[in-house]
Amino acid sequence: MRFPRLFALVAIVVLIPAVALSGCAGGGGKDKNTLRVGVVTPLTGDVKTFGESTKNAFLLAMEQAGVTDKGGKIGNVPVEFTIMDDRNDATEGVNVATKLISETKVQAIIGSVTSKVTIAISNVTNPAKVVQVTSTATNPKVTVEDGKRKAFTFRACFIDPFQGTVGAKFALNNLKAKTAATLYDQSNDYTVGLAQYFKEAFEKGGGKVVFEASYGKDDTDFSAVLTKIAGLKPDILYLPDYYQKVSLIGGQARGKGIKAVFLGGDGWDSSDLDFKAMDGGYFTNHYSSDDPRPEVQTFVSTYKAKYGSVPDALATLAYDATNMLISAVKSTQSNDPEKLREYLASGTFSAVSGTIKNDANGDPIKAAVILQIKDGKQKYVATVNP
Amino acid sequence: MIEAINQILNGLQLGSVYALIALGYTMVYGIIRLINFAHGDVFMVGAFVAFFSTASWGLPFYIAVPLSMAVCAVLGVTIERLAYRPLRYQARIAALISAIGVSLFIEYGTSLKFVFGPNFRVVPRPFNVAQWDVGGVQFSNIQVIVLVTVVVLLTALQYMVTRTKMGKAMRAVSFDHDAARLMGINVDAIISYTFALGSALAAAGGVLYSAAYPQINPFMGIMPGLKAFTAAVLGGIGNIPGAMLGSLIMGEVDVLSAAYLSSRLRDVFSFSILILVLLIKPSGLLGKAGPEKV
Repeated sequence: MRFPRLFALVAIVVLIPAVALSGCAGGGGKDKNTLRVGVVTPLTGDVKTFGESTKNAFLLAMEQAGVTDKGGKIGNVPVEFTIMDDRNDATEGVNVATKLISETKVQAIIGSVTSKVTIAISNVTNPAKVVQVTSTATNPKVTVEDGKRKAFTFRACFIDPFQGTVGAKFALNNLKAKTAATLYDQSNDYTVGLAQYFKEAFEKGGGKVVFEASYGKDDTDFSAVLTKIAGLKPDILYLPDYYQKVSLIGGQARGKGIKAVFLGGDGWDSSDLDFKAMDGGYFTNHYSSDDPRPEVQTFVSTYKAKYGSVPDALATLAYDATNMLISAVKSTQSNDPEKLREYLASGTFSAVSGTIKNDANGDPIKAAVILQIKDGKQKYVATVNP
Repeated sequence: MIEAINQILNGLQLGSVYALIALGYTMVYGIIRLINFAHGDVFMVGAFVAFFSTASWGLPFYIAVPLSMAVCAVLGVTIERLAYRPLRYQARIAALISAIGVSLFIEYGTSLKFVFGPNFRVVPRPFNVAQWDVGGVQFSNIQVIVLVTVVVLLTALQYMVTRTKMGKAMRAVSFDHDAARLMGINVDAIISYTFALGSALAAAGGVLYSAAYPQINPFMGIMPGLKAFTAAVLGGIGNIPGAMLGSLIMGEVDVLSAAYLSSRLRDVFSFSILILVLLIKPSGLLGKAGPEKV
């Protein structure tokens, strides 16, 4: 009868973490005026390059403001920060954000990067009255859910209704497309939203979406839907997912003899995109490093000098989001989330990715760019103003 | 019509990969009446070993495949030796829990930064993709390679089980451990051998899978593992031709339900089959109904 032994083992395995976790509460120095900032970003998992870019840009912006990982001051406000990984998983994002708020006692969170995680986190930050600035979560639900404005959440990016419309107009006017097929992840607000906004705008402009299909988060075999799409011969295949998934779909689509032009959103922006499979495709994005504006070129050269690579949109917007928070601290000279929130809601920020001025919902109205994947590189095609 | 043929070919490719995993499930179950839940993770390790040997160590593909099969064979034997053998004559549930533990251990262990790391990796294509189009029916060299490999491995396996001394010993052990031992068969060695063989097949499955769907991560084994397990149950757990048949049916159900019913519900249909089989004919399509030996 080995059962008691097994039971003891299970008990030990369950209890050890419980005891260990209860023993490590409490954040750093509890200076009354210190602003503690948490960064929540996907440093591992399926969109790790997003997190790496975010972290690099955040550190650069903080360094320029005079804050390092040992701490520092913005004006008279001492600032400390903690960077944490959410693995692009909503549950993990909430865990990390909760930990930052309840243990580290942060007053502000920068993050996360993807809409699904950011929406989940915003439902933790708002009740706790912690300011949240996301760099690239573009889904409308990030700031407004069920008709309610989440007052403490802000973003540095445009939103998906605009992004989907820009993609659709580009397909109609520049690519002269008549028909399109959309293929998206049903479990992700970002991809569901983009596919829907693209379809609305594309059909309004006289095009026709001949096929819509969705897949599950962990699907790897798209042969069934791609064979169907191949038979319909659409001009455009709209793939509004992140770089890993679209690379997989793109490769299989060409293998099924689909000749359509691939089109997508800002989730494509990664050095880990399969440039060969996606060659000739276009995607909507927040900024292009080829933009001649001096603020862009200054940022690109500073970033390149520090990290040895050209910043992607994820880096640029993380830099902008961090600077939104920094300028709020500079002008309010306070670590009070309520004061920071007020400033962020009313301010206008000149940022690398264009001027950020929030509308009533806390959503910036900004220009988008169209980039093309060509010969293993991103090529700037056009800027689209709202 | 042409599209339907294309869809059936898609299902055939997927089903073939499932078959390589399902065989391991079925062989192990046939011989020690244990569902080896870590089997899907062995499949994942196989994909990773092939990935590292081609992408990091620059080995050619025809060396990478046997190497990954060998590594996984050793892994399979080790798992059996450490996690299952001490529990062999205990309550069956103990070994099952142990198997789930091993599965989680491999998934989260390999996710550590210094092992494989938690990130998705893009697998470089071992050969250029070629495509043929015969009157609208499309197939690629990957599909052909997957199919040919599966047929060759299966034929070899079937030959081994039915025509060699080793196969005879395996069947004897599967029939009755004690009687086999009395006949002078080294039961432990045969069980280790079965694990090695099943794991090597899973590794081959992992390599083929990553050639067809070139993206791998430490949790990639879960879904194919579950589908292959369902396939093994459908065909009759413990029955080798049954595993093959079940896998082909599963592959077709997967693809055809995604194509003609709803791509959202493909997994719902797949796993409904598992429930239906267990309710209607628990012994599976080719399994023999009989009382559980106690």
